[in-house]
Amino acid sequence: MAKFSAKPDELAKIRYAPPETEWMETPVEFREHMFCHAAKPKDLETVEFPNAHEWSSKDEDWKLPANWEQTILQGMKDLLGKYRSFQLFMDICVRCGACADKCHFFIGSGDPKNMPVLRAELLRSVYRGNFTLAGKILRKLAGARELTVSVLKEWWYYFYQCTECRRCSVFCPYGIDTAEITMMGRELTNMIGLQLGWIGGPVANCYMKGNHLGLEPHTIKSSIEFFLDDIESITGIKIEPTFNRKGAEILFVTPSGDLFANPGTYTAMGYLMLFHELGLDYTWSTYASEGGNFGFFTSNEMAKRLNSKIYAEAKRLGVKWVLGGECGHMWRVINQYMDTWNGPADFMEVPKSPITGTVFDNAKSTKMVHIAEFTADLIKHNKLKLDPRRNDHLKVTFHDSCNTSRGMGLLEEPRYVIKSVCSHFYEMPENTIREKTFCCGSGTGLNASENMELRMRGGFPRANAVKYVHERHGVNMLANVCAIDRATLSASMDYWVPGVGVAGVHELVGNALIMKGEKERTQDLRLEPLPGKEGSE
Amino acid sequence: MDPRNLLSEKRPAILNRWFNAVLDTYPADTSAFLKKQKNQFANPVGHTIHQGMEHILEALLQGTDLDRIAPSLDNIIRIRAVQDLTPSQAVGFILSLKKIIREELGSNTREHSASGELPGLEERIDALALMSFDIYIQCREKIYELRANETKRLTYRLLQRANLVCELPDQ
Ligand code: SF4
Ligand code: SF4
Repeated sequence: MAKFSAKPDELAKIRYAPPETEWMETPVEFREHMFCHAAKPKDLETVEFPNAHEWSSKDEDWKLPANWEQTILQGMKDLLGKYRSFQLFMDICVRCGACADKCHFFIGSGDPKNMPVLRAELLRSVYRGNFTLAGKILRKLAGARELTVSVLKEWWYYFYQCTECRRCSVFCPYGIDTAEITMMGRELTNMIGLQLGWIGGPVANCYMKGNHLGLEPHTIKSSIEFFLDDIESITGIKIEPTFNRKGAEILFVTPSGDLFANPGTYTAMGYLMLFHELGLDYTWSTYASEGGNFGFFTSNEMAKRLNSKIYAEAKRLGVKWVLGGECGHMWRVINQYMDTWNGPADFMEVPKSPITGTVFDNAKSTKMVHIAEFTADLIKHNKLKLDPRRNDHLKVTFHDSCNTSRGMGLLEEPRYVIKSVCSHFYEMPENTIREKTFCCGSGTGLNASENMELRMRGGFPRANAVKYVHERHGVNMLANVCAIDRATLSASMDYWVPGVGVAGVHELVGNALIMKGEKERTQDLRLEPLPGKEGSE
Repeated sequence: MDPRNLLSEKRPAILNRWFNAVLDTYPADTSAFLKKQKNQFANPVGHTIHQGMEHILEALLQGTDLDRIAPSLDNIIRIRAVQDLTPSQAVGFILSLKKIIREELGSNTREHSASGELPGLEERIDALALMSFDIYIQCREKIYELRANETKRLTYRLLQRANLVCELPDQ
């Protein structure tokens, strides 16, 4: 029986265990379905990104520009000078490991380079080697290394396996935000013409046409007209929204994804119904037709340029304030950056709800209110007639988007709205929601489809918590306030928890909203029969 | 001792070794985390694998219908199908159970073989391995399907609009 003499653990190791090399010596291996295509040079040129060139991450030769090392090191020097936080984050990590197991990509993939501390170390090692005395002298002993093509490839692979969700930062005793380190890493790759197609395309479109898909004004209008037809057939009410109307009180800006991608389209229908019912003096814009900002995933400067159109349009139309739709990263940008970049917007007024008179002091400076705050205030003041029974076929849970929860503290309002329009609501476990929420796994421009395997890995911790409430309470609807969530969680649920749908909060509002003069409703916003109305037309 | 009793007595030890063997297919840092963190939401991979293995082992030893083991197998393979593993690594953990059982039985192996119990069990493990491969393929095919479905969903209204444009001449 000699062949059974080895210990099973040893046998398992012989056959399967990965090589035990130190992380610096383990070169990155690009696995299919784990990375995104490269950006097209013409898209980069549209927005004057430097060093645009044809290349593919699958090729050995990335056709890097001459002196690319100097470009990056100089870029790093500039960024260190510009952002004190970056310099601090490079210096103060004590490698305590508190963040190590908090990243959804590490948890789902088991790849140590997805531990936030190690992800940061990819960049920090080069920082040490070039910008610190100890690193220059002691080299590897001080955790320093040279910038080589293989290091660059590692950056490319792993900085585009971080969704800048900031979950790790919640657990770091020093408040180190690895998301910001990823931002720096990405900004550096951009300097030598390396960017994702799924980011570069939307950025160029947004710059030229105002939105990610490059929809022109008539297309935006006709997309919304489709919704109006559906709303009319559901409610019997004809809605006539306005576009680019000067003198409106409120400008409404929302991610363009909700205009063409399911299930976000139903959320957009919810907005239209709500505003109509309130008789809100508002307008859509076909110029500021994108709340999202993929520039935020490239460089600070690009994000600022794309963001500027919101205030520019508000000024042109002469509105009093801006109402923003359900989105994640759009709100991180608005809440944390817009005012500094493109403010002060003192040509507008502090937002005040024309229905309840509530003044949104929290938006005093930005002049922009999140629709969940706006609707929660309406409900609190009893301004909406609601029939939650129309959502009785749904058992709902709520996914906090990383950006709205950790980036702006929007935790209670969406929950309050959902509980007011649905009878069955169940929270996921405490360590997976609110500020500890798990990312959908596909944010920051990683929602391409060629990297589906990566997305499923990163999406697993979130999906696992959904599965728990699905099995325990029969939850069948995952509500959220983010356009990227609506798109990407659908795929994640399909793989991990079939039987759970995905909906924006205002789709649920639209279902429950009793509108003046509406006919008896038999269908929900998806044109599916309402509970108890299965037999009717 | 009745061979069946011996095996069920050894069950915790077998499970433990089997679990550790599978977790050792991950890099050292990862495997330490997967073994140590007991919260099922903080460590969904470790938890799912452990729970699945526990159920599979119990069902195998009790002679439960293999089809009823499929969901537990699916839970584990669904995870491993999207990790940095080759197909054989992703499903091979099932076969490693055979070695572990023989190891744990030690000197009793011959007795169990003679009683026909061990060969029977090993046959069932082989059948599970084949099932595992089917599940693995389904998961990988699903990845492609997700890509196709997503493209449709993302452009739903635009497609609808394009179709209308195409249909107009026919009306
Ligand atoms: S928790 Fe903070 S200090 Fe500790 S390793 Fe992570 S980044 Fe470094
Ligand atoms: S920001 Fe999010 S994705 Fe990035 S390392 Fe931290 S936890 Fe992971």
